[in-house]
Amino acid sequence: MSTTPKPSPTRTRSRKKTVLVTGAAGALAQQVINRLRGKYQIVAVDFRELTYLSDDIPSYKIDFTKRVFEDLFKTYAFDSVIHLGRISSSEETRLRRYNANVLGTQKLLDLSHKYGISHVVVLSTFHVYGASPYNPALIEETAPLKAAELTMDLVDSVELENLANIYLWRYPDLNITILRPCNIVGPGVKNTMSRLLSHSFSPVLMGFSPMMQFIHIDDMADAIELAHRQPIRGVYNVAPNDWVSYQEALDQCNCTGIPLPSIPPVLPKAITRLMNLKMFPSYLVNYFKYPVVINGKAFEKKFGFKPQRPLKEIFRYYKEVKD
Amino acid sequence: MGLKSYLKNLLVSKELDAHLDRIEKPVGTLGFDPWGFNLETSKIALAFFASAYERYFRVKTNGVDNVPSQGPVLIIANHSGQLPIDGILIGYAVANREKDPRYPRAMIERFFPTVPFLGNLLNQLGAVLGDPTNCARMLENDEAVIVFPEGIRGSGKLYKDRYQLQRFGSGFVHLAMKHNTPIVPVGVVGCEETIPAIANIKPLAKMLGVPYVPVALPFIFPAKVILNFGKPIYFENEDLTEEQVTRRVEKVKKAINGLIAKGLEERQGVFE
Repeated sequence: MSTTPKPSPTRTRSRKKTVLVTGAAGALAQQVINRLRGKYQIVAVDFRELTYLSDDIPSYKIDFTKRVFEDLFKTYAFDSVIHLGRISSSEETRLRRYNANVLGTQKLLDLSHKYGISHVVVLSTFHVYGASPYNPALIEETAPLKAAELTMDLVDSVELENLANIYLWRYPDLNITILRPCNIVGPGVKNTMSRLLSHSFSPVLMGFSPMMQFIHIDDMADAIELAHRQPIRGVYNVAPNDWVSYQEALDQCNCTGIPLPSIPPVLPKAITRLMNLKMFPSYLVNYFKYPVVINGKAFEKKFGFKPQRPLKEIFRYYKEVKD
Repeated sequence: MGLKSYLKNLLVSKELDAHLDRIEKPVGTLGFDPWGFNLETSKIALAFFASAYERYFRVKTNGVDNVPSQGPVLIIANHSGQLPIDGILIGYAVANREKDPRYPRAMIERFFPTVPFLGNLLNQLGAVLGDPTNCARMLENDEAVIVFPEGIRGSGKLYKDRYQLQRFGSGFVHLAMKHNTPIVPVGVVGCEETIPAIANIKPLAKMLGVPYVPVALPFIFPAKVILNFGKPIYFENEDLTEEQVTRRVEKVKKAINGLIAKGLEERQGVFE
Protein backbone atom coordinates (compact mmCIF):
# COMPACT_ATOMS: atom_id res chain seq x y z
CA MET A 1 0.00 0.00 0.00
CA SER A 2 1.51 3.30 -1.02
CA THR A 3 0.64 6.64 -2.50
CA THR A 4 3.07 6.56 -5.43
CA PRO A 5 3.75 3.55 -7.59
CA LYS A 6 7.19 2.00 -7.25
CA PRO A 7 8.66 0.19 -10.21
CA SER A 8 8.17 -3.52 -9.92
CA PRO A 9 11.34 -5.60 -10.04
CA THR A 10 10.39 -7.18 -13.34
CA ARG A 11 8.04 -5.71 -15.93
CA THR A 12 7.26 -9.07 -17.37
CA ARG A 13 3.64 -10.09 -17.35
CA SER A 14 2.64 -12.50 -14.62
CA ARG A 15 0.57 -15.51 -15.64
CA LYS A 16 -2.52 -13.93 -14.23
CA LYS A 17 -4.05 -11.06 -16.14
CA THR A 18 -3.79 -7.69 -14.41
CA VAL A 19 -6.79 -5.45 -13.87
CA LEU A 20 -6.89 -1.87 -12.65
CA VAL A 21 -9.93 -1.13 -10.47
CA THR A 22 -10.69 2.54 -9.77
CA GLY A 23 -12.87 3.81 -6.95
CA ALA A 24 -11.33 1.29 -4.58
CA ALA A 25 -12.57 3.09 -1.47
CA GLY A 26 -16.17 2.42 -2.41
CA ALA A 27 -18.19 -0.58 -1.27
CA LEU A 28 -19.01 -1.58 -4.86
CA ALA A 29 -15.35 -1.69 -5.95
CA GLN A 30 -14.51 -3.83 -2.95
CA GLN A 31 -17.28 -6.28 -3.86
CA VAL A 32 -15.98 -6.42 -7.43
CA ILE A 33 -12.43 -6.95 -6.19
CA ASN A 34 -13.63 -9.84 -4.01
CA ARG A 35 -15.09 -11.49 -7.10
CA LEU A 36 -11.89 -11.04 -9.14
CA ARG A 37 -9.46 -11.95 -6.36
CA GLY A 38 -7.52 -15.08 -7.14
CA LYS A 39 -8.38 -15.04 -10.82
CA TYR A 40 -6.62 -11.76 -11.60
CA GLN A 41 -3.75 -9.69 -10.34
CA ILE A 42 -5.60 -6.61 -9.05
CA VAL A 43 -4.33 -3.08 -8.65
CA ALA A 44 -6.67 -0.73 -6.79
CA VAL A 45 -6.74 3.03 -7.00
CA ASP A 46 -8.89 5.81 -5.61
CA PHE A 47 -8.58 9.56 -5.76
CA ARG A 48 -10.43 10.13 -2.50
CA GLU A 49 -8.64 7.99 0.05
CA LEU A 50 -6.11 5.24 0.48
CA THR A 51 -7.73 1.89 1.18
CA TYR A 52 -6.04 -1.22 2.45
CA LEU A 53 -7.54 -4.24 0.73
CA SER A 54 -5.04 -7.04 1.33
CA ASP A 55 -1.32 -7.67 1.14
CA ASP A 56 -1.52 -9.02 -2.38
CA ILE A 57 -3.47 -6.06 -3.79
CA PRO A 58 -1.43 -2.90 -4.30
CA SER A 59 -3.60 0.11 -3.49
CA TYR A 60 -2.95 3.74 -4.35
CA LYS A 61 -4.44 7.17 -3.73
CA ILE A 62 -3.84 9.11 -6.93
CA ASP A 63 -5.48 12.01 -8.70
CA PHE A 64 -6.09 10.69 -12.23
CA THR A 65 -5.35 14.06 -13.77
CA LYS A 66 -1.78 14.10 -12.36
CA ARG A 67 1.22 12.77 -14.28
CA VAL A 68 2.04 10.24 -11.59
CA PHE A 69 -1.06 8.28 -12.64
CA GLU A 70 0.76 7.19 -15.80
CA ASP A 71 3.48 5.56 -13.68
CA LEU A 72 0.90 2.94 -12.68
CA PHE A 73 0.50 1.97 -16.32
CA LYS A 74 4.28 1.82 -16.71
CA THR A 75 4.66 -0.27 -13.58
CA TYR A 76 1.92 -2.78 -14.20
CA ALA A 77 1.02 -4.19 -17.58
CA PHE A 78 -2.74 -3.85 -17.25
CA ASP A 79 -4.91 -6.03 -19.42
CA SER A 80 -8.19 -4.41 -18.45
CA VAL A 81 -9.62 -1.52 -16.48
CA ILE A 82 -12.77 -1.40 -14.35
CA HIS A 83 -13.56 2.26 -13.87
CA LEU A 84 -15.88 2.64 -10.89
CA GLY A 85 -14.22 5.76 -9.52
CA ARG A 86 -17.00 8.23 -10.06
CA ILE A 87 -17.64 10.88 -7.47
CA SER A 88 -21.39 10.68 -7.10
CA SER A 89 -23.56 13.75 -7.50
CA SER A 90 -24.08 14.02 -3.73
CA GLU A 91 -20.35 14.38 -3.05
CA GLU A 92 -17.93 17.26 -3.51
CA THR A 93 -18.39 20.48 -5.47
CA ARG A 94 -19.52 20.68 -9.07
CA LEU A 95 -16.03 21.72 -10.26
CA ARG A 96 -14.21 18.98 -8.36
CA ARG A 97 -16.68 16.42 -9.65
CA TYR A 98 -16.13 17.65 -13.19
CA ASN A 99 -12.35 17.43 -12.81
CA ALA A 100 -12.43 13.97 -11.30
CA ASN A 101 -15.21 12.44 -13.35
CA VAL A 102 -14.66 13.99 -16.76
CA LEU A 103 -11.01 15.02 -16.96
CA GLY A 104 -9.94 12.05 -14.81
CA THR A 105 -11.81 9.64 -17.05
CA GLN A 106 -10.36 11.23 -20.16
CA LYS A 107 -6.86 10.73 -18.77
CA LEU A 108 -7.70 7.15 -17.86
CA LEU A 109 -9.01 6.38 -21.34
CA ASP A 110 -6.03 8.08 -23.02
CA LEU A 111 -3.63 6.02 -20.95
CA SER A 112 -5.64 2.87 -21.59
CA HIS A 113 -5.29 3.51 -25.31
CA LYS A 114 -1.59 4.35 -25.04
CA TYR A 115 -0.78 1.18 -23.09
CA GLY A 116 -2.86 -1.18 -25.23
CA ILE A 117 -5.55 -2.12 -22.71
CA SER A 118 -8.02 -4.49 -24.35
CA HIS A 119 -11.13 -3.98 -22.23
CA VAL A 120 -12.50 -1.07 -20.19
CA VAL A 121 -15.67 -1.30 -18.11
CA VAL A 122 -17.07 2.13 -17.19
CA LEU A 123 -19.71 2.63 -14.50
CA SER A 124 -22.23 5.32 -15.38
CA THR A 125 -25.68 5.94 -13.89
CA PHE A 126 -29.34 6.01 -14.90
CA HIS A 127 -29.34 9.68 -13.85
CA VAL A 128 -27.97 10.54 -17.31
CA TYR A 129 -31.44 10.07 -18.84
CA GLY A 130 -32.81 12.92 -16.71
CA ALA A 131 -36.04 12.96 -14.70
CA SER A 132 -38.65 14.46 -17.00
CA PRO A 133 -42.44 14.23 -16.76
CA TYR A 134 -42.43 13.04 -20.38
CA ASN A 135 -40.17 10.03 -19.84
CA PRO A 136 -41.68 6.83 -21.18
CA ALA A 137 -41.21 3.76 -18.99
CA LEU A 138 -38.50 1.18 -19.76
CA ILE A 139 -36.07 3.66 -21.29
CA GLU A 140 -33.66 1.99 -23.69
CA GLU A 141 -29.99 2.72 -24.19
CA THR A 142 -30.62 4.69 -27.39
CA ALA A 143 -32.73 7.33 -25.60
CA PRO A 144 -31.29 10.86 -25.46
CA LEU A 145 -29.39 11.85 -22.32
CA LYS A 146 -31.42 14.75 -21.01
CA ALA A 147 -29.97 15.15 -17.51
CA ALA A 148 -27.64 18.00 -18.45
CA GLU A 149 -30.51 19.95 -19.94
CA LEU A 150 -32.42 19.67 -16.65
CA THR A 151 -29.66 20.41 -14.16
CA MET A 152 -26.06 21.65 -14.38
CA ASP A 153 -25.15 19.46 -11.43
CA LEU A 154 -25.39 16.32 -13.52
CA VAL A 155 -23.33 17.67 -16.42
CA ASP A 156 -20.30 15.65 -15.28
CA SER A 157 -22.30 12.39 -15.40
CA VAL A 158 -23.45 13.08 -18.95
CA GLU A 159 -20.03 14.33 -20.07
CA LEU A 160 -18.36 11.22 -18.66
CA GLU A 161 -20.74 9.13 -20.74
CA ASN A 162 -20.22 11.20 -23.87
CA LEU A 163 -16.49 10.90 -23.46
CA ALA A 164 -16.63 7.16 -22.97
CA ASN A 165 -18.90 6.92 -26.03
CA ILE A 166 -16.47 8.91 -28.19
CA TYR A 167 -13.59 6.66 -27.14
CA LEU A 168 -15.79 3.62 -27.69
CA TRP A 169 -16.08 4.45 -31.39
CA ARG A 170 -12.70 6.11 -31.90
CA TYR A 171 -10.68 3.31 -30.31
CA PRO A 172 -12.60 0.07 -30.87
CA ASP A 173 -9.62 -1.91 -29.51
CA LEU A 174 -10.36 -0.53 -26.04
CA ASN A 175 -13.63 -2.54 -26.06
CA ILE A 176 -15.40 -0.09 -23.77
CA THR A 177 -18.47 -1.43 -21.96
CA ILE A 178 -20.53 1.34 -20.36
CA LEU A 179 -22.97 0.25 -17.64
CA ARG A 180 -25.88 2.47 -16.62
CA PRO A 181 -27.30 0.95 -13.44
CA CYS A 182 -30.47 1.96 -11.61
CA ASN A 183 -30.25 2.86 -7.87
CA ILE A 184 -27.47 0.76 -6.33
CA VAL A 185 -28.34 0.03 -2.71
CA GLY A 186 -27.42 -2.36 0.07
CA PRO A 187 -24.78 -2.75 2.80
CA GLY A 188 -21.98 -0.21 2.62
CA VAL A 189 -23.52 1.91 -0.15
CA LYS A 190 -23.35 5.61 0.70
CA ASN A 191 -25.23 7.22 -2.19
CA THR A 192 -28.28 9.48 -1.83
CA MET A 193 -30.83 6.68 -2.22
CA SER A 194 -29.13 4.37 0.26
CA ARG A 195 -28.98 7.17 2.84
CA LEU A 196 -32.68 7.95 2.36
CA LEU A 197 -33.68 4.32 2.89
CA SER A 198 -31.46 4.07 6.01
CA HIS A 199 -33.13 6.94 7.84
CA SER A 200 -36.25 6.66 9.97
CA PHE A 201 -37.60 9.83 8.36
CA SER A 202 -36.91 10.87 4.78
CA PRO A 203 -38.30 13.62 2.55
CA VAL A 204 -40.94 12.92 -0.06
CA LEU A 205 -42.53 15.37 -2.49
CA MET A 206 -46.18 15.82 -1.63
CA GLY A 207 -48.37 14.07 -4.19
CA PHE A 208 -45.48 12.41 -6.06
CA SER A 209 -44.21 8.89 -5.74
CA PRO A 210 -42.39 7.93 -8.94
CA MET A 211 -41.65 4.38 -9.93
CA MET A 212 -38.11 3.33 -9.11
CA GLN A 213 -35.74 0.43 -9.59
CA PHE A 214 -33.19 -0.84 -7.11
CA ILE A 215 -30.30 -3.20 -7.58
CA HIS A 216 -28.52 -4.85 -4.67
CA ILE A 217 -24.82 -4.03 -4.46
CA ASP A 218 -23.99 -7.76 -4.69
CA ASP A 219 -26.01 -8.09 -7.90
CA MET A 220 -24.34 -4.99 -9.32
CA ALA A 221 -20.91 -6.41 -8.46
CA ASP A 222 -21.95 -9.62 -10.25
CA ALA A 223 -23.02 -7.53 -13.26
CA ILE A 224 -19.67 -5.73 -13.40
CA GLU A 225 -17.80 -9.00 -13.04
CA LEU A 226 -19.90 -10.48 -15.87
CA ALA A 227 -19.27 -7.45 -18.09
CA HIS A 228 -15.55 -7.75 -17.39
CA ARG A 229 -15.45 -11.41 -18.44
CA GLN A 230 -15.90 -10.73 -22.14
CA PRO A 231 -14.84 -7.66 -24.11
CA ILE A 232 -18.17 -6.61 -25.57
CA ARG A 233 -18.36 -3.00 -26.70
CA GLY A 234 -21.52 -1.03 -26.03
CA VAL A 235 -23.78 0.78 -23.59
CA TYR A 236 -26.06 -1.23 -21.32
CA ASN A 237 -28.68 -0.40 -18.73
CA VAL A 238 -28.49 -2.60 -15.66
CA ALA A 239 -31.72 -3.05 -13.73
CA PRO A 240 -33.85 -5.91 -12.49
CA ASN A 241 -37.33 -6.50 -13.89
CA ASP A 242 -39.02 -5.25 -10.78
CA TRP A 243 -40.41 -1.86 -9.88
CA VAL A 244 -41.76 -0.07 -6.84
CA SER A 245 -42.91 3.44 -6.08
CA TYR A 246 -40.60 5.61 -3.96
CA GLN A 247 -43.05 5.95 -1.08
CA GLU A 248 -43.77 2.23 -1.05
CA ALA A 249 -40.00 1.60 -0.94
CA LEU A 250 -39.75 3.87 2.12
CA ASP A 251 -42.67 2.02 3.75
CA GLN A 252 -40.98 -1.29 3.09
CA CYS A 253 -37.86 0.03 4.87
CA ASN A 254 -39.86 1.27 7.89
CA CYS A 255 -39.05 4.81 6.90
CA THR A 256 -41.62 7.57 7.36
CA GLY A 257 -41.93 10.08 4.54
CA ILE A 258 -41.81 13.75 5.49
CA PRO A 259 -43.81 15.57 2.82
CA LEU A 260 -42.24 18.64 1.24
CA PRO A 261 -44.44 21.07 -0.75
CA SER A 262 -44.12 20.05 -4.39
CA ILE A 263 -45.74 22.88 -6.33
CA PRO A 264 -44.83 25.29 -7.76
CA PRO A 265 -41.73 23.34 -8.85
CA VAL A 266 -39.30 26.00 -7.61
CA LEU A 267 -40.51 25.50 -4.03
CA PRO A 268 -39.05 22.04 -3.24
CA LYS A 269 -35.79 23.01 -4.94
CA ALA A 270 -35.60 26.23 -2.92
CA ILE A 271 -36.38 24.42 0.34
CA THR A 272 -33.75 21.73 -0.20
CA ARG A 273 -31.20 24.34 -1.25
CA LEU A 274 -31.94 26.61 1.71
CA MET A 275 -31.78 23.74 4.17
CA ASN A 276 -28.73 22.31 2.38
CA LEU A 277 -30.21 18.83 2.70
CA LYS A 278 -27.31 16.56 1.74
CA MET A 279 -29.57 13.52 1.83
CA PHE A 280 -31.97 15.16 -0.64
CA PRO A 281 -29.95 17.42 -2.94
CA SER A 282 -31.92 20.06 -4.79
CA TYR A 283 -30.72 18.96 -8.25
CA LEU A 284 -31.98 15.44 -7.64
CA VAL A 285 -35.44 16.62 -6.61
CA ASN A 286 -36.94 15.75 -9.99
CA TYR A 287 -35.86 12.11 -9.58
CA PHE A 288 -38.28 11.97 -6.63
CA LYS A 289 -41.02 13.48 -8.76
CA TYR A 290 -40.84 11.81 -12.15
CA PRO A 291 -39.92 8.23 -12.99
CA VAL A 292 -36.74 7.19 -14.76
CA VAL A 293 -37.48 3.52 -15.34
CA ILE A 294 -34.85 1.82 -17.49
CA ASN A 295 -34.96 -1.36 -19.53
CA GLY A 296 -32.22 -3.77 -18.52
CA LYS A 297 -33.17 -6.52 -20.98
CA ALA A 298 -30.29 -5.94 -23.44
CA PHE A 299 -27.68 -6.49 -20.73
CA GLU A 300 -29.51 -9.55 -19.41
CA LYS A 301 -29.61 -11.07 -22.86
CA LYS A 302 -26.09 -10.21 -23.97
CA PHE A 303 -24.31 -11.17 -20.76
CA GLY A 304 -26.71 -13.72 -19.29
CA PHE A 305 -27.28 -11.56 -16.22
CA LYS A 306 -29.92 -12.55 -13.69
CA PRO A 307 -30.19 -10.50 -10.48
CA GLN A 308 -30.50 -12.75 -7.42
CA ARG A 309 -31.67 -10.40 -4.64
CA PRO A 310 -35.36 -9.46 -4.77
CA LEU A 311 -36.67 -6.09 -3.62
CA LYS A 312 -37.98 -7.52 -0.36
CA GLU A 313 -34.50 -8.72 0.59
CA ILE A 314 -33.03 -5.32 -0.25
CA PHE A 315 -35.58 -3.52 1.89
CA ARG A 316 -35.27 -6.04 4.73
CA TYR A 317 -31.66 -4.95 5.15
CA TYR A 318 -32.69 -1.30 5.60
CA LYS A 319 -35.46 -2.34 7.97
CA GLU A 320 -33.01 -4.33 10.10
CA VAL A 321 -30.53 -1.45 10.15
CA LYS A 322 -33.15 0.57 12.03
CA ASP A 323 -33.99 -2.14 14.59
CA MET B 1 -50.12 0.10 3.20
CA GLY B 2 -52.37 0.24 6.26
CA LEU B 3 -54.74 2.72 4.59
CA LYS B 4 -54.81 0.67 1.42
CA SER B 5 -55.74 -2.53 3.27
CA TYR B 6 -58.41 -0.65 5.23
CA LEU B 7 -59.96 0.81 2.06
CA LYS B 8 -59.79 -2.54 0.33
CA ASN B 9 -61.63 -4.27 3.18
CA LEU B 10 -64.16 -1.46 3.26
CA LEU B 11 -64.89 -1.12 -0.45
CA VAL B 12 -63.90 -4.25 -2.37
CA SER B 13 -66.46 -7.03 -2.15
CA LYS B 14 -65.30 -10.64 -2.25
CA GLU B 15 -67.07 -11.10 -5.59
CA LEU B 16 -65.31 -8.11 -7.18
CA ASP B 17 -61.99 -9.21 -5.71
CA ALA B 18 -62.42 -12.71 -7.15
CA HIS B 19 -63.64 -11.29 -10.49
CA LEU B 20 -60.58 -9.01 -10.82
CA ASP B 21 -58.22 -11.79 -9.77
CA ARG B 22 -59.25 -13.56 -12.99
CA ILE B 23 -57.35 -10.90 -14.95
CA GLU B 24 -53.71 -11.73 -15.47
CA LYS B 25 -51.39 -8.77 -14.99
CA PRO B 26 -47.61 -8.91 -15.26
CA VAL B 27 -46.54 -7.06 -12.11
CA GLY B 28 -43.35 -7.19 -10.04
CA THR B 29 -42.87 -8.72 -6.59
CA LEU B 30 -44.45 -5.73 -4.83
CA GLY B 31 -47.48 -5.48 -7.12
CA PHE B 32 -46.30 -2.68 -9.45
CA ASP B 33 -45.56 -2.66 -13.16
CA PRO B 34 -43.02 -0.32 -14.84
CA TRP B 35 -45.69 2.31 -15.54
CA GLY B 36 -46.87 2.37 -11.94
CA PHE B 37 -49.98 0.19 -12.24
CA ASN B 38 -50.83 -1.25 -8.84
CA LEU B 39 -53.21 -4.13 -8.46
CA GLU B 40 -54.48 -3.24 -4.98
CA THR B 41 -55.11 0.43 -5.76
CA SER B 42 -56.95 -0.43 -8.97
CA LYS B 43 -59.21 -2.88 -7.13
CA ILE B 44 -60.15 -0.15 -4.63
CA ALA B 45 -60.71 2.36 -7.42
CA LEU B 46 -62.88 -0.02 -9.44
CA ALA B 47 -64.98 -0.72 -6.34
CA PHE B 48 -65.30 3.03 -5.87
CA PHE B 49 -66.23 3.61 -9.51
CA ALA B 50 -68.77 0.77 -9.43
CA SER B 51 -71.42 2.94 -7.80
CA ALA B 52 -70.64 5.88 -10.11
CA TYR B 53 -70.94 3.53 -13.09
CA GLU B 54 -74.04 1.67 -11.97
CA ARG B 55 -76.00 4.29 -10.04
CA TYR B 56 -74.80 7.78 -10.86
CA PHE B 57 -74.25 7.57 -14.62
CA ARG B 58 -76.41 4.42 -15.04
CA VAL B 59 -74.09 3.35 -17.85
CA LYS B 60 -75.56 1.25 -20.63
CA THR B 61 -73.01 -0.73 -22.58
CA ASN B 62 -73.53 -2.33 -25.97
CA GLY B 63 -71.05 -4.66 -27.64
CA VAL B 64 -68.36 -4.66 -24.93
CA ASP B 65 -67.48 -8.19 -26.03
CA ASN B 66 -66.19 -6.71 -29.30
CA VAL B 67 -63.00 -6.07 -27.33
CA PRO B 68 -61.03 -9.29 -27.99
CA SER B 69 -60.50 -11.51 -24.97
CA GLN B 70 -56.73 -11.48 -25.43
CA GLY B 71 -53.93 -9.94 -27.46
CA PRO B 72 -53.23 -6.30 -28.21
CA VAL B 73 -56.16 -4.05 -29.00
CA LEU B 74 -56.64 -0.30 -29.37
CA ILE B 75 -59.93 0.99 -27.97
CA ILE B 76 -60.53 4.29 -29.77
CA ALA B 77 -63.23 6.65 -28.52
CA ASN B 78 -64.52 10.20 -28.70
CA HIS B 79 -63.34 12.37 -25.80
CA SER B 80 -65.53 14.79 -23.89
CA GLY B 81 -66.51 16.27 -20.55
CA GLN B 82 -63.44 18.19 -19.26
CA LEU B 83 -62.44 15.32 -16.89
CA PRO B 84 -61.38 11.84 -18.05
CA ILE B 85 -64.65 10.28 -16.86
CA ASP B 86 -65.17 8.63 -20.26
CA GLY B 87 -61.85 6.79 -19.96
CA ILE B 88 -62.73 5.53 -16.48
CA LEU B 89 -66.17 4.31 -17.58
CA ILE B 90 -64.79 2.50 -20.66
CA GLY B 91 -62.08 0.93 -18.48
CA TYR B 92 -64.62 -0.17 -15.91
CA ALA B 93 -66.92 -1.64 -18.57
CA VAL B 94 -64.13 -3.84 -19.96
CA ALA B 95 -62.79 -4.83 -16.52
CA ASN B 96 -66.24 -5.65 -15.23
CA ARG B 97 -67.57 -7.65 -18.18
CA GLU B 98 -68.51 -11.21 -17.34
CA LYS B 99 -66.65 -12.90 -20.20
CA ASP B 100 -62.85 -12.54 -20.19
CA PRO B 101 -62.51 -9.28 -18.26
CA ARG B 102 -59.42 -7.17 -18.99
CA TYR B 103 -57.73 -4.18 -17.34
CA PRO B 104 -57.39 -1.69 -20.19
CA ARG B 105 -54.63 0.92 -20.05
CA ALA B 106 -55.60 4.50 -20.87
CA MET B 107 -53.18 6.86 -22.61
CA ILE B 108 -53.38 10.18 -20.79
CA GLU B 109 -52.49 13.75 -21.68
CA ARG B 110 -48.96 14.94 -21.13
CA PHE B 111 -49.73 17.39 -18.34
CA PHE B 112 -51.11 14.76 -15.91
CA PRO B 113 -47.70 13.55 -14.65
CA THR B 114 -47.02 17.09 -13.41
CA VAL B 115 -50.21 17.22 -11.30
CA PRO B 116 -49.58 16.16 -7.68
CA PHE B 117 -51.63 13.19 -6.39
CA LEU B 118 -53.73 12.85 -9.56
CA GLY B 119 -50.81 11.86 -11.82
CA ASN B 120 -49.70 9.12 -9.43
CA LEU B 121 -53.23 7.92 -8.81
CA LEU B 122 -53.95 7.63 -12.54
CA ASN B 123 -50.71 5.68 -13.00
CA GLN B 124 -51.67 3.28 -10.22
CA LEU B 125 -55.01 2.71 -11.96
CA GLY B 126 -53.20 1.75 -15.15
CA ALA B 127 -53.19 5.06 -17.00
CA VAL B 128 -50.01 5.76 -18.92
CA LEU B 129 -48.42 8.90 -20.33
CA GLY B 130 -49.65 9.18 -23.92
CA ASP B 131 -46.30 8.62 -25.57
CA PRO B 132 -45.88 6.50 -28.72
CA THR B 133 -43.06 4.51 -27.05
CA ASN B 134 -45.30 3.68 -24.09
CA CYS B 135 -48.20 2.72 -26.36
CA ALA B 136 -45.96 0.49 -28.50
CA ARG B 137 -44.64 -1.32 -25.39
CA MET B 138 -48.19 -1.80 -24.12
CA LEU B 139 -49.22 -3.40 -27.41
CA GLU B 140 -46.12 -5.60 -27.37
CA ASN B 141 -47.25 -6.69 -23.88
CA ASP B 142 -50.66 -7.69 -25.36
CA GLU B 143 -52.51 -4.96 -23.47
CA ALA B 144 -55.89 -3.41 -24.28
CA VAL B 145 -55.11 0.30 -24.70
CA ILE B 146 -57.67 3.12 -24.58
CA VAL B 147 -56.75 6.08 -26.79
CA PHE B 148 -58.61 9.32 -27.37
CA PRO B 149 -57.09 10.60 -30.61
CA GLU B 150 -58.76 13.98 -30.15
CA GLY B 151 -56.74 14.52 -26.94
CA ILE B 152 -57.45 17.79 -25.17
CA ARG B 153 -59.19 19.10 -28.30
CA GLY B 154 -61.99 16.68 -27.44
CA SER B 155 -62.09 16.81 -23.64
CA GLY B 156 -61.76 20.59 -23.49
CA LYS B 157 -64.36 21.49 -26.10
CA LEU B 158 -67.34 23.62 -25.18
CA TYR B 159 -70.93 22.48 -24.74
CA LYS B 160 -71.99 24.16 -27.96
CA ASP B 161 -69.61 21.84 -29.87
CA ARG B 162 -70.88 18.64 -28.23
CA TYR B 163 -70.76 15.45 -30.29
CA GLN B 164 -68.71 17.11 -33.01
CA LEU B 165 -65.56 15.10 -33.41
CA GLN B 166 -62.40 17.21 -33.37
CA ARG B 167 -59.26 16.49 -35.37
CA PHE B 168 -57.89 12.98 -34.75
CA GLY B 169 -54.15 12.40 -34.43
CA SER B 170 -52.94 9.63 -36.74
CA GLY B 171 -50.48 7.97 -34.33
CA PHE B 172 -52.93 5.27 -33.30
CA VAL B 173 -53.34 4.02 -36.89
CA HIS B 174 -49.56 3.87 -37.37
CA LEU B 175 -49.28 1.84 -34.14
CA ALA B 176 -52.19 -0.42 -35.07
CA MET B 177 -50.58 -1.20 -38.43
CA LYS B 178 -47.09 -1.71 -37.02
CA HIS B 179 -48.25 -4.01 -34.24
CA ASN B 180 -51.01 -5.80 -36.20
CA THR B 181 -53.51 -4.59 -33.66
CA PRO B 182 -57.29 -4.44 -34.11
CA ILE B 183 -59.04 -1.15 -33.43
CA VAL B 184 -62.32 -1.26 -31.51
CA PRO B 185 -64.21 2.04 -32.04
CA VAL B 186 -66.34 3.31 -29.17
CA GLY B 187 -69.03 5.98 -29.29
CA VAL B 188 -69.50 7.66 -25.90
CA VAL B 189 -72.79 9.45 -25.32
CA GLY B 190 -73.56 11.33 -22.11
CA CYS B 191 -70.15 12.52 -20.95
CA GLU B 192 -70.60 15.75 -22.93
CA GLU B 193 -73.39 16.64 -20.47
CA THR B 194 -71.52 15.76 -17.25
CA ILE B 195 -69.59 19.06 -17.05
CA PRO B 196 -70.99 21.43 -19.68
CA ALA B 197 -68.55 24.30 -20.25
CA ILE B 198 -69.52 27.58 -21.87
CA ALA B 199 -66.04 29.09 -22.21
CA ASN B 200 -62.36 28.41 -21.73
CA ILE B 201 -60.23 30.92 -19.79
CA LYS B 202 -57.11 30.57 -21.94
CA PRO B 203 -54.84 33.12 -20.15
CA LEU B 204 -55.50 31.45 -16.78
CA ALA B 205 -54.85 28.03 -18.31
CA LYS B 206 -51.55 29.29 -19.69
CA MET B 207 -50.60 30.75 -16.32
CA LEU B 208 -51.40 27.52 -14.48
CA GLY B 209 -49.73 25.36 -17.11
CA VAL B 210 -52.89 23.33 -17.75
CA PRO B 211 -54.51 22.75 -21.15
CA TYR B 212 -57.76 24.55 -20.35
CA VAL B 213 -59.75 26.18 -17.55
CA PRO B 214 -63.44 25.72 -18.32
CA VAL B 215 -66.17 28.08 -17.22
CA ALA B 216 -68.59 25.52 -15.81
CA LEU B 217 -70.55 24.75 -12.69
CA PRO B 218 -68.41 22.99 -10.07
CA PHE B 219 -70.63 19.97 -10.32
CA ILE B 220 -70.68 16.73 -12.27
CA PHE B 221 -74.20 16.19 -13.66
CA PRO B 222 -75.61 12.64 -13.48
CA ALA B 223 -76.14 12.35 -17.23
CA LYS B 224 -77.09 8.93 -18.53
CA VAL B 225 -74.04 7.45 -20.29
CA ILE B 226 -74.22 5.05 -23.23
CA LEU B 227 -71.11 3.25 -24.45
CA ASN B 228 -71.41 1.65 -27.88
CA PHE B 229 -68.51 -0.63 -28.77
CA GLY B 230 -68.19 -1.27 -32.53
CA LYS B 231 -66.81 -4.27 -34.39
CA PRO B 232 -62.99 -4.47 -34.56
CA ILE B 233 -61.37 -2.76 -37.56
CA TYR B 234 -58.22 -4.33 -38.99
CA PHE B 235 -55.64 -2.50 -41.08
CA GLU B 236 -52.93 -4.25 -43.09
CA ASN B 237 -49.38 -3.27 -42.22
CA GLU B 238 -48.44 -1.49 -45.45
CA ASP B 239 -46.00 1.25 -46.36
CA LEU B 240 -48.46 4.13 -46.78
CA THR B 241 -48.20 7.85 -47.34
CA GLU B 242 -49.53 10.11 -44.59
CA GLU B 243 -52.51 10.88 -46.82
CA GLN B 244 -53.41 7.20 -47.06
CA VAL B 245 -53.02 6.87 -43.27
CA THR B 246 -55.36 9.84 -42.82
CA ARG B 247 -57.95 8.00 -44.92
CA ARG B 248 -57.73 5.11 -42.47
CA VAL B 249 -58.09 7.56 -39.57
CA GLU B 250 -61.23 8.92 -41.26
CA LYS B 251 -62.61 5.39 -41.50
CA VAL B 252 -62.29 4.99 -37.71
CA LYS B 253 -63.74 8.46 -37.19
CA LYS B 254 -66.72 7.55 -39.37
CA ALA B 255 -67.29 4.38 -37.34
CA ILE B 256 -67.21 6.38 -34.08
CA ASN B 257 -69.58 8.99 -35.51
CA GLY B 258 -71.99 6.17 -36.39
CA LEU B 259 -71.78 4.74 -32.87
CA ILE B 260 -72.38 8.20 -31.36
CA ALA B 261 -75.45 8.68 -33.59
CA LYS B 262 -76.72 5.27 -32.50
CA GLY B 263 -76.26 6.22 -28.85
CA LEU B 264 -78.01 9.56 -29.27
CA GLU B 265 -80.91 7.84 -30.98
CA GLU B 266 -81.10 5.27 -28.22
CA ARG B 267 -81.08 7.88 -25.46
CA GLN B 268 -84.52 8.81 -24.09
CA GLY B 269 -83.27 12.02 -22.47
CA VAL B 270 -80.07 13.47 -21.04
CA PHE B 271 -80.83 12.25 -17.52
CA GLU B 272 -83.16 9.33 -18.24
